[in-house]
Amino acid sequence: MPDDAIVEVEGIGKTYPGGVEALRNVNLAFPRGKLSTLLGPSGCGKTTLLKIIAGLIPHNAGEVRVNGKKIQGPGPERAFVFQDFALMPWATVLRNVAFGLELRGVPRAQREATARRYIAEAGLSGFEASHPNQLSGGMRQRVGLARALAVDADIILMDEPFSSVDEQTRRKFQEDLLDLLRHRRKTVIFVTHSIEEAAYLSDQIALLSPRPGTVSRIIRPNVDRGRSADEIRRDRNYLDTVDEIWQILKQYV
Amino acid sequence: MTLFGKKIPIVFSLLIWFIVWEAIGQAKFSSIIPPFSGVIQAAITILPTEKFHTAAMISLRSFGIGMALAILAGIPLGILMARVQGVGRILGMWVNIFVSAPISALVPLLMAVVGIGETTVVVTVFLFAVFVIILDTQVGVVHADRSLVDMARAFGAKRHQIYTKVLILSALPEMLAGLRLGAIRGVKGVVIGQLLVAIIGVGELFELYSQHFLMEEFWALVVTVFLFAFAVSEAIAALERRVEYYASAR
Repeated sequence: MPDDAIVEVEGIGKTYPGGVEALRNVNLAFPRGKLSTLLGPSGCGKTTLLKIIAGLIPHNAGEVRVNGKKIQGPGPERAFVFQDFALMPWATVLRNVAFGLELRGVPRAQREATARRYIAEAGLSGFEASHPNQLSGGMRQRVGLARALAVDADIILMDEPFSSVDEQTRRKFQEDLLDLLRHRRKTVIFVTHSIEEAAYLSDQIALLSPRPGTVSRIIRPNVDRGRSADEIRRDRNYLDTVDEIWQILKQYV
Repeated sequence: MTLFGKKIPIVFSLLIWFIVWEAIGQAKFSSIIPPFSGVIQAAITILPTEKFHTAAMISLRSFGIGMALAILAGIPLGILMARVQGVGRILGMWVNIFVSAPISALVPLLMAVVGIGETTVVVTVFLFAVFVIILDTQVGVVHADRSLVDMARAFGAKRHQIYTKVLILSALPEMLAGLRLGAIRGVKGVVIGQLLVAIIGVGELFELYSQHFLMEEFWALVVTVFLFAFAVSEAIAALERRVEYYASAR
């Protein structure tokens, strides 16, 4: 295990009521300030694992530690970006982004100022007063990301955030995400079923095998992220990583 | 409505009915159908009278109190049934029975319990309105977006915040639909309650007019009650349309 793991998952098991075993004895460490991916075919329990780390669903065995402390439900050091965006349709972009702060009782003027800053950073200036149904899928997910950043959590948990977004938007979004992470030292735990996405974004990839979900391999792609997106996509190591992951995942499909 | 390929405002459809009504009335087809113009005249005569005002006030008060109680009981109960599985299972069957049961048949029974008077009418309004409010609130909360609840929890919402900031707002379209249907039933409740048990308010007037065969006055009252129910339902529907706009993205 790396010395500076911000999130540690130890012996996690999860059986859903009804007897479906989603996860068995999952052990993982997520390094601080890095982007880690949970990758696997559908049904491998990767979203379940992410939601357990978030404290949203209870687990049957093992424990999750954040900064060395065992978690009991959700906490302010973790923020979540949802696959289906989970935006409140009755609220404006501004209120949606400020929602985490609203729940914490931050005064209105202060939380809206913070929200405006993150809305601008997510590239949504001018849409503060819009409602979610007036935005495209990509823009909605930017709102979801801005909301997660606004609460200033150290750890951002992302559940297939780009899966309901079209390909061009997805690429742009991935690049923006990498940019953003370079500037702040956030730890990101990212769930995806896209091999390319995992190899492109991650410092560490945990491959999960299905039924019951368990860690089958951990890969640390040696991709130099100091360069442009197009260079990364032509990089030897990047292509090798994609190939290596495919060789492993092939047997589960 | 469209006629010969042209869109016609809804009032014209009413206008056509009034013309048909007038024609049937003028033809003296039946003594219980007076001409519409006669009904209008009767309305102009009775609406400003002291007797009508007193009757309307009594009826409005019963309606208001009954509806308020139905809302105060129906919405929390609906939320409870949606959120607590046991409560939903135990009460669900009863609510479903009562929402379709002929409550009018129970009204004479009420007399034995709460006596004859305004209270009976209030209870009748309550019974007419409350079940559909419970049912629609329950449906709204059950169908509230699961991931919005997860989202609120992930961002540290306390229990009461999940209700006030997510669940209730999420269920608002269904709740308003229940309120609208409840209000329409409530109007029926007032009239039926006043007619069947307590001969007071508008019910007393209905009784009076029909016994003395004052058909113009009788119909004038029917139209007035209908217009009141229509206005209440339209007011809530206007609110619904505003909410629907935000809810359409669900």
